[in-house]
Amino acid sequence: MPTRILIPSGVLCLGFDRDALARGVAARPDLIAIDGGSTDSGPFSLGTGTSKYARSVTKSEWRELMLARAEAGVPLVIGTSGTCGADSCVDWMYRITCELATELGQSLRIARLYSGQPTARVTRALADGRITPLIPAPEIDAEAIGQMTNIVALAGAEQIQAALATGADIVIAGRTTDTAIIAALPLARGDHPGAAWHGAKIGECGALCSTNPTSGVILVDFDETGFTVEPLAVGARCTPHSVSAHMLYENSDPFVLYEPGGHLDVTASHYEALDGRRVRVTGSRWVPQPYTVKLEGARAAGFQTTLIALLRDAHYVANAQAWVDKLHGFLAALVSKRMGIAPETYTLDFRLLGQNATLGTMENRQGAPVEIGVLLIITAQDSETAAEIGKLANPHLLHYPLTEDEELPTFAFPYSPAQSDRGTLFEFALNHVMALTDPMSAFRLDVTEVTP
Amino acid sequence: MTTVADIARKVRSKNAGPFWVTIDIFCGTASAFNHLTAALKTEVIAGLYQQPTQRMKRFDIADLNVIKFSFPRPVVQGHRLDRDMHGAQWAVLLAELPLDEG
Repeated sequence: MPTRILIPSGVLCLGFDRDALARGVAARPDLIAIDGGSTDSGPFSLGTGTSKYARSVTKSEWRELMLARAEAGVPLVIGTSGTCGADSCVDWMYRITCELATELGQSLRIARLYSGQPTARVTRALADGRITPLIPAPEIDAEAIGQMTNIVALAGAEQIQAALATGADIVIAGRTTDTAIIAALPLARGDHPGAAWHGAKIGECGALCSTNPTSGVILVDFDETGFTVEPLAVGARCTPHSVSAHMLYENSDPFVLYEPGGHLDVTASHYEALDGRRVRVTGSRWVPQPYTVKLEGARAAGFQTTLIALLRDAHYVANAQAWVDKLHGFLAALVSKRMGIAPETYTLDFRLLGQNATLGTMENRQGAPVEIGVLLIITAQDSETAAEIGKLANPHLLHYPLTEDEELPTFAFPYSPAQSDRGTLFEFALNHVMALTDPMSAFRLDVTEVTP
Repeated sequence: MTTVADIARKVRSKNAGPFWVTIDIFCGTASAFNHLTAALKTEVIAGLYQQPTQRMKRFDIADLNVIKFSFPRPVVQGHRLDRDMHGAQWAVLLAELPLDEG
């Protein structure tokens, strides 16, 4: 059965074209799907179970999508709620939705799909041999799993289908694959499975697959042989090139996409321009495999304090690397002498802004910068130690001389206090898949009727 | 001296998940694609990113006039030694690579 999915943008909080959204609603979609996050911004969101996006922006965009849903009379699905899709983020998104239901006077059935994995479940799966590392993967054991502050499994189409089967008006999903929220309904309605996953991949970043990437809104039509993609902003066009090139984006292999229960193969896909704006794709292949879900986990990896000093003196700018090398040795000896902590329990990492801070040892260009920012990142095993090392380093970062026979130099500190305590540093600690016999066995559904 | 950026329409890089980075060279035309596929040696690109050659995945995609390189990040995204959370500035090294016209 033909299925029409409306995708307002690549992620909630990125903004979308209001007129294009209205055209999308008028086109009578069967479902509205939007992504709520990814690992893009780093491990902090998953480590803390918090959204990186502003609550105010999330709420105002979600309000517009809830109004669009009410007008269209079809389900609205958000995947990877609150950036990382941890259970706490699903609850955060649920509270925002309840507030809006009251403000808008909407009566709703809301399904929450939780992707969070209790430590015991993952530890048991590891002991049972049901966890397989991807390449490259951190070493894990029961102790490492126990240290993770959040572990999520990426839900696929099956779990979203289960949420939709509750008759929900709104599905607030935890971590899902970017594509699952789009592919679920066409798959459930018997559309072509290769087309369902491929169309979902093309659509998951919104209008990024078009010639006007920031316009957001696109429509994907699925059927029994393929899919058609159409951008809805005035002047936006999809071309066979813009659509096929999207498989390259954030994908290490442009022909294969791994999903729960199989993979998509687009080697033989055919892209055809239907007119100046719409592209039809056929020939994509879905290859079923044993059912696994990918795991993501984050854990604390230390505590950080940072300082920035600015070098404007031309002699110091020219000798910045020699200066920080010498200062590094001096500070390491001082930490050892004054604080008595072992060198392997902390790191002092100097980045020379204006010289090689972005690329480090890969940098192959040399310039003659006007000034250099010296960013010192201190990582220690607890926040007190990191802050203490920062205070110990402070006067030397300000005054340390390159040579002993010169007058004491003083560099520029941009603010007071010079040090910024950054709190916990998190790291990604899983790149593994977990085998499941029942797709829902690692996920939880909670259905609530909300009245204003 | 001619660089990759002089021939290609666009060079971009981005993480492909926290553990991989991927670089796309959009050549724009078949002639630019043919020029660059011949001129770019995988071992040179590996050296640019300080990777063993066998870790580099390379895709020469004639249909799109795109050359793509993917490899595991030397430090995982967000690690204390990571310098570029999104891996998006890594493309610059390849864009600025001089081509041996000989």
